[in-house]
Amino acid sequence: MASTTIPTGVSAPGSAPPAAIERPDFQIVPRKGLILVAVVLILLIAAIAANELWPLAFFHFVGGAAWTIIDLFLGFVLGPIMGKLSIPARVEFTTRLMPKMVLIMPTVVTATLAAGWQLSTHLGTNLTANPLHGWTVASYIVVGIMAVIALGLLEPANVAVLVELKKPRPNPEVIERLMKRFIYTAGATGLMQIATLVIMAKLTVG
Amino acid sequence: MSPMSERRLPPVTEIGMTSLALIVAGGIYLSAHLPHHVPLTPAIVLLAASALLLAGNLAALARVQGFAWSRFFDIARWALLAYVIIAGMIEYAFLRDHITGGVLVVLTLSLVVFAVHVPVLIGFTVARFYEPDELTTAQG
Repeated sequence: MASTTIPTGVSAPGSAPPAAIERPDFQIVPRKGLILVAVVLILLIAAIAANELWPLAFFHFVGGAAWTIIDLFLGFVLGPIMGKLSIPARVEFTTRLMPKMVLIMPTVVTATLAAGWQLSTHLGTNLTANPLHGWTVASYIVVGIMAVIALGLLEPANVAVLVELKKPRPNPEVIERLMKRFIYTAGATGLMQIATLVIMAKLTVG
Repeated sequence: MSPMSERRLPPVTEIGMTSLALIVAGGIYLSAHLPHHVPLTPAIVLLAASALLLAGNLAALARVQGFAWSRFFDIARWALLAYVIIAGMIEYAFLRDHITGGVLVVLTLSLVVFAVHVPVLIGFTVARFYEPDELTTAQG
């Protein structure tokens, strides 16, 4: 596999040049992963078109659980660990993690929300006559805030860090800044997911 | 840090997130009242404000001197393709749920703002760390 070297910093005049970091070659959007994404989306459309309870519940529960766990794990487990890694290790970890996140997060979020809306339509919880309608609207608000954070901060940072890593001479400072933004926003949405879990538990038990 | 990132740039991300928040608020307003018909005025006002912010964002970005436009468009066009597909799926859900009339128009236009603004944010976040001539030496 081809690799690129990344300078670790600026050397002082007269001193030895900064050590370079090897980073493995990678695809910003893993092409093979797109097949899996397409399969998930086709099954999602089929589930919505069929409007059957169990496939809708499956996509909503599995997608929601994955979304919550990934956000919390990134923000509160991987984030602090990454902060303590050496720069070469951090760059290599970022290079291997972030292309997968480009595919996983949009797919998981789309599946959760699309199946969730159809499930709500199927169960009638999105109708004003439903006694739990207020909880459903609360979930819209929480998800809406999370969506704005994810679309405005998280997703652009994810793509930008990958494009920066693709440069012939990536800037470690830019990578670190973008990764901090990614990890912090993932943690913030992870915390908001706890509010979603409270709402969903209430909607489930009535 | 790249010199481009140190340069003063318009608050594209902040304005973009505000614009997205406005159309999300409009969507929540409409969906929270199902199946009843509600006055469309609040949703139209939110959509118009969101569209104005999108136009303002594009205008402010267009005035930036020495921006890496080639990199911006290189990224934004692929993001646009992805978000047009996502918006198309959401539109399909609206049509499948028999949404018609003014509500459908407002929601469709909201999707247009969404499908344009998110790629702008992605392209901007990438291009701000580029020098205008850096693309020619960068790998795909």
